[in-house]
Amino acid sequence: MPEIDVLVAPAAGVPGGRTRANADHRRRWIVTLVCFAVAVAAIAALVLTGLPGTVGSKAWTYSLDRLSRHAVAIVLVSVAVGVSTVLFQTVTGNRILTPALMGFDSLYLLIQTTLVFFMVPRDAAVAGGLLSGGLSGFLGQTAIMVVASTALYLWLLGGRKSDIHLLLLVGVVFGVFFRSASTFLQRLLDPAAYLQVQDAMFASFRGVQLDVLLACGLIVVAGLVVVAILGRRLDVMLLGRDPAIALGVNHRRVTIVVLVVVSFLVSASTALIGPVMFFGLIVANAAYALLGTTLHRFTLPVASLLGVIALAGGEMILGTLGVESALSIVIEFAGGLLFLFLLLTNRAR
Amino acid sequence: MTTTVERRPQRGSLWPVLGVVALALSLVASVFVGAADITVWEALTGGLTEAHRVYLVEARLPRTAAAALAGASLAIAGLLMQLLTRNRFVEPSTAGTVESAGLGLVMVAIIAPGAPIVLKMLVALVFALAGTALFLACIRRVPVSDSFVVPLVGIMLGSVIGAVAAFVALSRDLLQMLNSWMLADFSAVLAGRYELLWLVAVLGGLAYIAADRFTVAGLGEDVSTGLGLDHRTVVAAGMSIAAAVAAVVVVTVGALPLLGLVVPNVVSRLVGDDARRGLPFVALLGAVTVLISDMVGRALPGFFAGGAPGAGEVPVGTIVGILGGAVFLVMMLRGVRNA
Repeated sequence: MPEIDVLVAPAAGVPGGRTRANADHRRRWIVTLVCFAVAVAAIAALVLTGLPGTVGSKAWTYSLDRLSRHAVAIVLVSVAVGVSTVLFQTVTGNRILTPALMGFDSLYLLIQTTLVFFMVPRDAAVAGGLLSGGLSGFLGQTAIMVVASTALYLWLLGGRKSDIHLLLLVGVVFGVFFRSASTFLQRLLDPAAYLQVQDAMFASFRGVQLDVLLACGLIVVAGLVVVAILGRRLDVMLLGRDPAIALGVNHRRVTIVVLVVVSFLVSASTALIGPVMFFGLIVANAAYALLGTTLHRFTLPVASLLGVIALAGGEMILGTLGVESALSIVIEFAGGLLFLFLLLTNRAR
Repeated sequence: MTTTVERRPQRGSLWPVLGVVALALSLVASVFVGAADITVWEALTGGLTEAHRVYLVEARLPRTAAAALAGASLAIAGLLMQLLTRNRFVEPSTAGTVESAGLGLVMVAIIAPGAPIVLKMLVALVFALAGTALFLACIRRVPVSDSFVVPLVGIMLGSVIGAVAAFVALSRDLLQMLNSWMLADFSAVLAGRYELLWLVAVLGGLAYIAADRFTVAGLGEDVSTGLGLDHRTVVAAGMSIAAAVAAVVVVTVGALPLLGLVVPNVVSRLVGDDARRGLPFVALLGAVTVLISDMVGRALPGFFAGGAPGAGEVPVGTIVGILGGAVFLVMMLRGVRNA
């Protein structure tokens, strides 16, 4: 379990207690503000460096439109991944399980593929629609995803204290299984879809439709509203099941609500960039490490901001090297190492 | 791992007979099911057209042999890895071995693009050995009882190595080549392009000769040393055989994920954990599984496309992956229920 400082008021009786608590508090605010500033700078830099010379020319307006969509997509994905990962780690009470590792995004892809498989006439045009079903398709997929994933993971997490390594392994294998099944269906649809499959495997913001962007924006905002309503109850959840119940929090209900929110957010981020295995693990753990606290007031925004910094900054750095499409590979490499570190040093809890 | 080694010759056991019959049936079916309508009767009575005869010898027989060899050898590799790491969930694709071989292939493709395939195979083998050694070094810190951590470490190590390979491949436009190695597909197997796969038969034979030592090594370091076995050497030898099998299969046809995990576990339920007795069954079941998966992958797209020619194929690696994933999940969740 992470160190808990949920309901601990600074001890007035301890000499220096209050001042130290205040210093910690100040540091958290500073970290949050610095992250915010860097994230804004990274987004601004990404947009401005991408614009061609003359202001107001046709190329300029076209690029601005494309880049601003791109920027919005980056922000939405970062918030969706950051918030969903931190929330998921709160209700499961550890630092290594994430929605992506538990196969959430692969499940979303499988649902997408299955819907296309059974609802669209089998021809080559399908492949293009596979990863962008327009607004109605997107909402339908999201609805099914929320029901399926919440049911599956409620059953898995089951309220009992099960072995975390077993859960992880089950999640990872579910991911492999879902991905294989998606590939299988895509190959049955149309051999030409193979290239599309490969595109889907690598995160990209290419060709985000405006209506999908809007739908994802709505989902993220709605998710944040629910988080605001849950408020301090999330902090209490960190104490574990029994203490939380003793303090008057309906543990099971909050867990279900959080799983539903997480499913919505994962649908949004997967629709925008496809599955990213380790992104959430990196930003959530980086946020805990930087802040030295698990209070959601700080961890949720900082994890999201770190995501923006990583995506926008990473794209610019790799862009100068001329390997922009490698961002997801770099994230996978770093995240895999972090995962092994957490696993082998037993810092998962 | 239950290590009850029993050596009772069970007379009247039907498994060997069933296994051999299943293998024979799937071999014959694999040769004759598919696009060209050749019947078994014609093939036996010599009533074949020349084109059909060439097709049979140049494409169908090699494909069948490749599927059987790859399946049998990967299943044996899985058995060895499970015995030697004393963990039911370890096999080439959950130990970083497959991805390491892929990284080796990418390296060869960049440094010496025109290298003969034997050289490519050697480099892939060296990388596979190194990756497997790295995996063993990582899990040395994990207690044996923690059986779920070991495959997790292997899978994640694999994804880190795979990310390195993908990055190198991406910068040199070799990603498609890498992906074809990471998922087996027998549609390109023709006479003259798969013969190196017979090497795995030699490796399988070696595994069978040394089977008793591997069984004893599976009892753990203390017990096997007490029984006069050079534990470290035996583990190194066994893991090397497994890594070599994985490397050869990846280079010639591509990876078959989780096959080596599922087959030995099914066999150990049927005949127990004695490697010398189990190994032939493991090889049989591995071959049958891949032959059947290959036929399913060949026949399904045509079935869905309404028999239109050129409907493509589902790669056999995908089908084995689905099958393996399902069995793996059942194995684990049964463990959850018992917990």
